[in-house]
Amino acid sequence: MGDFRMPSLGADMEHGKMVEWLIKPGDFVHRGDVVAVVDTDKTVMDVESFEEGVVAELLVDVGTTVPIGTPLARITQTPDDDAGHAGHQPPSQQAQVPPPVRHLAHQLGVDTSEIRGTGKHGAVTRADVERAAAARPGPAPPGATAPPGLGAEEAPPAGGRIRSSPRARRLADQLGIDIGTVPGTGPDGAVTEGDIQRAVRGRGTPVPAEEALPAGKALPAEEALPAEGAAPAEEAPPSEAQDRLSSLRRAVGSLMTRSKKTIPHYYLSTTLDLRAAIAWMLLANQQRPVASRLVPSALLLKATALAAREVPEVNGFFTDGVFRPSSSVHLGVAVALRHGGLVAPAIHDADTLAVDVLMQKLRDLVSRARAGRLQRSEMADPTITVTNLGDLGVEAVYGVIYPPQVAMVGLGKVMEQPWAHDGMLGVRAAVTATLSADHRVSDGLRGARFLARIDELLQKPEEL
Amino acid sequence: MNEQDARQAVHSAIGQVAPDVDLAALDENSRLRQDLELDSLDFLRLVETIDESTGVDIPERDYNTVTTVKGLIDYVASRG
Repeated sequence: MGDFRMPSLGADMEHGKMVEWLIKPGDFVHRGDVVAVVDTDKTVMDVESFEEGVVAELLVDVGTTVPIGTPLARITQTPDDDAGHAGHQPPSQQAQVPPPVRHLAHQLGVDTSEIRGTGKHGAVTRADVERAAAARPGPAPPGATAPPGLGAEEAPPAGGRIRSSPRARRLADQLGIDIGTVPGTGPDGAVTEGDIQRAVRGRGTPVPAEEALPAGKALPAEEALPAEGAAPAEEAPPSEAQDRLSSLRRAVGSLMTRSKKTIPHYYLSTTLDLRAAIAWMLLANQQRPVASRLVPSALLLKATALAAREVPEVNGFFTDGVFRPSSSVHLGVAVALRHGGLVAPAIHDADTLAVDVLMQKLRDLVSRARAGRLQRSEMADPTITVTNLGDLGVEAVYGVIYPPQVAMVGLGKVMEQPWAHDGMLGVRAAVTATLSADHRVSDGLRGARFLARIDELLQKPEEL
Repeated sequence: MNEQDARQAVHSAIGQVAPDVDLAALDENSRLRQDLELDSLDFLRLVETIDESTGVDIPERDYNTVTTVKGLIDYVASRG
């Protein structure tokens, strides 16, 4: 028997809030099954079980914030370990609805007890749930409010999960709306804040126009969206969105303070010649449909990962006074969230991935980071991080190292620059790459070697 | 494609890629990168979404002619 505990989802995480349980007592979970959704100060993440067995008891309620390491659920190896529990002979109905399917049913607002399962031994399948959801008279068919080009048939995402932003989920939660019943108009049918607000309007609650909010500013949820029977103003806590932004800032602030206090940073900068890389990419992209086109970031990330493998002093963790280089390169990619904030999840084994694969992983990672759907391992284990702020306009960015990592690479804006070569002046695509590295582990000479390797690798883009 | 259809396709695509952008108040002179803060991956998704909904494939060499919302609408209208 073992406890499933609140995991650490990054060096800066001290506590997490249980957002959703995807299991219940009596369920059998395998190691690696996603069993809960946890909100850190930074993002909402799926969390998988490290234990295998039958769920005996959930120890933490949804909405509770607990420190990392707190037991969240008791998992018994066999049902007999805990004979008093439903796990021993789970009611057949429950046993026949696997957790992912029940989760889907919950999100679609379908009661699984009313479904006749068509799966093995009468188990309820995803298709059963989707059929039941389609048959049910909903508030509006998903396609009804969807923009053109997002037909009703596309609305339920392929994976079966209702996509939604963390803000939308929080808003729905605050307003007591079942997000599964709200037609999504966002990407791939994702439920957006606007959809939740429309759903609230539909049910007769006054909602001030969202136009009043300046773009990019945090939504003062309590002010803008009084829930039905809202508490008197003097009892209203500071808005959750503001709370969240300030707790995000606190989390970033405390980690960066620790970084600057404990890591003796040194900084290097060099200009990478991208003429060959961009020319190669443009040629490759000409033959490709939009969906598989590359962006310069993919080439830059691949070159960075390869260089990190060759210069181990920038790739690994410094803990308890000792540097442990990593044999794998898990490349953290800093992703700016559209409503403010930053996460830096990892592309695992980035040095071994073909550029095309890395590109697809990058797109997937960024879209999931923004939708608040990252996996625990992606957040917990980058061995070196790249910040790509140049994509939004600055020429150079000097990052602060994420402890316990020992290096941060900053990529500026890719732009045409005058370039002197062999006594001639020409124009080339180029980018300023910076390295912030830990002096306890490396010196400027090794750091310089690392940046120089990135440049060399980019001169043969076809070999990346 | 007429301008109205192109506008609708572009607005819809922006709404999908950047759900936080207020389409009702969208200034068509907004620059995609600087004002709407679309990064290169967002822009690629925008191009992909427009391609799916209108059949207009914007090749990379034309990216610099579609840096604003208006530029994008005009491009789609003239080729759709």
